[in-house]
Amino acid sequence: MSLLCQAPTALVGWPPWLEASVQHASQFWMANMYSKGTKRKFSDSVDVATDNKAVLYSRQRQSLLDMSLIKLQLCHMLVEPNMCRSVLIANTVRHIQEEMTHDGSWQLVTEAFSGSGPSDHLVATEVLCRSSVLEQQDGGPKLYSVMGYDSCHEEEVVTDEGLCSVAVGDGAPALLGTIDHCWDRAVEDRVIKDSGSEVKDGTRSWEGAKTVMGQVFGTFEIKNGAPGSDPALEELFSAVDASYYDLDTILTDIQSTPKMGPYNLLDSMTSSHGPTSNSSCRTDLNELDHIMEIIVGS
Amino acid sequence: ADIISTVEFNYSGELLATGDKGGRVVIFQREQESKNRPHSRGEYNVYSTFQSHEPEFDYLKSLEIEEKINKIRWLPQQNAAHSLLSTNDKTIKLWKISQRDKRAEGYNLKDEDGRLRDPFRVTSLRVPVLLPMDLMVEASPRRIFANAHTYHINSISVNSDHETYLSADDLRVNLWHLEITDRSFNIVDIKPANMEELTEVITAAECHPHQCNVFVYSSSKGTIRLCDMRAAALCDRQSKFFEEPEDPSSRSFFSEIISSISDVKFSHSGRYMMTRDYLSVKVWDLNMENRPVETYQVHEYLRSKLCSLYENDCIFDKFECCWNGSDSAIMTGSYNNFFRMFDRNTRRDITLEASRENSKPRAILKARKVSTGGKRKKDEISVDSLDFNKKILHTAWHPKENVIAVAATNNLYIFQDKIN
Repeated sequence: MSLLCQAPTALVGWPPWLEASVQHASQFWMANMYSKGTKRKFSDSVDVATDNKAVLYSRQRQSLLDMSLIKLQLCHMLVEPNMCRSVLIANTVRHIQEEMTHDGSWQLVTEAFSGSGPSDHLVATEVLCRSSVLEQQDGGPKLYSVMGYDSCHEEEVVTDEGLCSVAVGDGAPALLGTIDHCWDRAVEDRVIKDSGSEVKDGTRSWEGAKTVMGQVFGTFEIKNGAPGSDPALEELFSAVDASYYDLDTILTDIQSTPKMGPYNLLDSMTSSHGPTSNSSCRTDLNELDHIMEIIVGS
Repeated sequence: ADIISTVEFNYSGELLATGDKGGRVVIFQREQESKNRPHSRGEYNVYSTFQSHEPEFDYLKSLEIEEKINKIRWLPQQNAAHSLLSTNDKTIKLWKISQRDKRAEGYNLKDEDGRLRDPFRVTSLRVPVLLPMDLMVEASPRRIFANAHTYHINSISVNSDHETYLSADDLRVNLWHLEITDRSFNIVDIKPANMEELTEVITAAECHPHQCNVFVYSSSKGTIRLCDMRAAALCDRQSKFFEEPEDPSSRSFFSEIISSISDVKFSHSGRYMMTRDYLSVKVWDLNMENRPVETYQVHEYLRSKLCSLYENDCIFDKFECCWNGSDSAIMTGSYNNFFRMFDRNTRRDITLEASRENSKPRAILKARKVSTGGKRKKDEISVDSLDFNKKILHTAWHPKENVIAVAATNNLYIFQDKIN
């Protein structure tokens, strides 16, 4: 993820007021968010101060959303996760998604990965492939103690390395990073072209969000050995459609991986991802494979 | 594994029980005031230690069940022995702690070492005598209340009838009889039919101190529901609903999280109850549901740091709160090993620190202050240098005297009033 780690040097040549706002935003969020790196390139073309404030807010909101999704994913399943915490994080995600749906920015995120047109499809593919290439250059994402059954190490996740440390063990954070990348692009296009705010009906993305939440709490259902666990599992898989390349599916897949315990991690990832996402996941899968063998072997 | 997870005085205050993450219970007993040192109050010394819960593995779900003691509640003393309830995530146990300081000697049919005497050797009849021996305290599990909770137990509370108690997990509250272990009654169930729609969980529950039909439970959305068990078998419809309307000017993405109630405690009088959310403590009059009668800010300076506290998960810390014996003061914990006490009558508050460096035995605790503005005065601590790993989640106040117990990670501090 070396591309996204070039944040400090990219500050050179900016207008001072923009640099100050960005630094203010980064102080407000004590951890450096990965969007800082990607945003710099596009901000030069933004020349409206009020827009910048809204953009900052959107970025912060997006960072919060991503942080929350990572928290939901990183609950390791040796001990049952704290339900109150999961519910509160899920409610936060819901709240953000509601707001983003009203803004119209949620459907932009889904559009980045929707199969609405062949060019969009290719953009998604290219972005995902690029991130996987970078990972290969780095020798694969750094795997922290995700597979070790400690408590969630979010503080290790978001560090000064930006997105490269967010990739902790599965392909999901890489996807999140690329999602944000695409989202930034989408926002930039929107700002430059000043497209009319098409507030599309957010029901499709809302359904996806609901499914995401369902997956999270499906954990508790399934894990608690409810008699109807088979239908619950079927429901889980039925929401996953390999040919539906939008954010919802990807997030659903991500959510589904931790629930089934470590042994099914790879199965679920390979079965539920479509071909475009496989490229980025493959290197992660190999790493995961290796780690899993060690754990199972021990 | 010796991180203290619960602290509780018994009804007389003579005993103080602590539970830790390793499933152990340690009970302290107050020394009797000795004639040698008439001016020193009794100190607390270790009375008994036992392993209450062991780690278990749920093979069906492939999950570990932690042995961490979530709560201890004493039962009223009915005979020479003491009893308490201790619970982990899934199982509640009733322990009887009894002591022996005498033993009988001079049995007719048994030797001193327990071997049976040869009947032909018994030539005379003697009466056994009781001789003093070293104090021996033994704890034995008398009841095990298991398999009633699908989710993690967060509270237990003994009812004022001294026969029943309630236990609450994330979605359900059950009522038990102390004598019956194979059956419990579910009195609250907030589990939605479709788990996808789950947005609220139960965070704490407590029985009313005098009315054995009344109990309350708090939720992660900052609401408290008071229920009357006489109304229906399943108390899904509350009798009273306590919620403070949200201040629209301070709304943020973290509003709901910081409104989640981590502890609820009735006052000793039974007229009020106190709730602890992330930043404040609120006192409610049971007769007024629309807002609390008193609100105390515990660490308002953290409001601007909520994002980083969310990131490092500190925003989910569950602080407890407690009343003093006369309900005139309340106490709760904070970060950096600070704890706060509020006097309800004078409206004064104080911040104190529980740490070895800053307090020597018998020294008076110094008041601490956190500086919020730009300029930091001498002796003040800035918000950024607070240690968020040193959190005081569990505190307890003696039921009659001004003695407090404060758990700081793996250390227990006991503070007493200064004697004039």
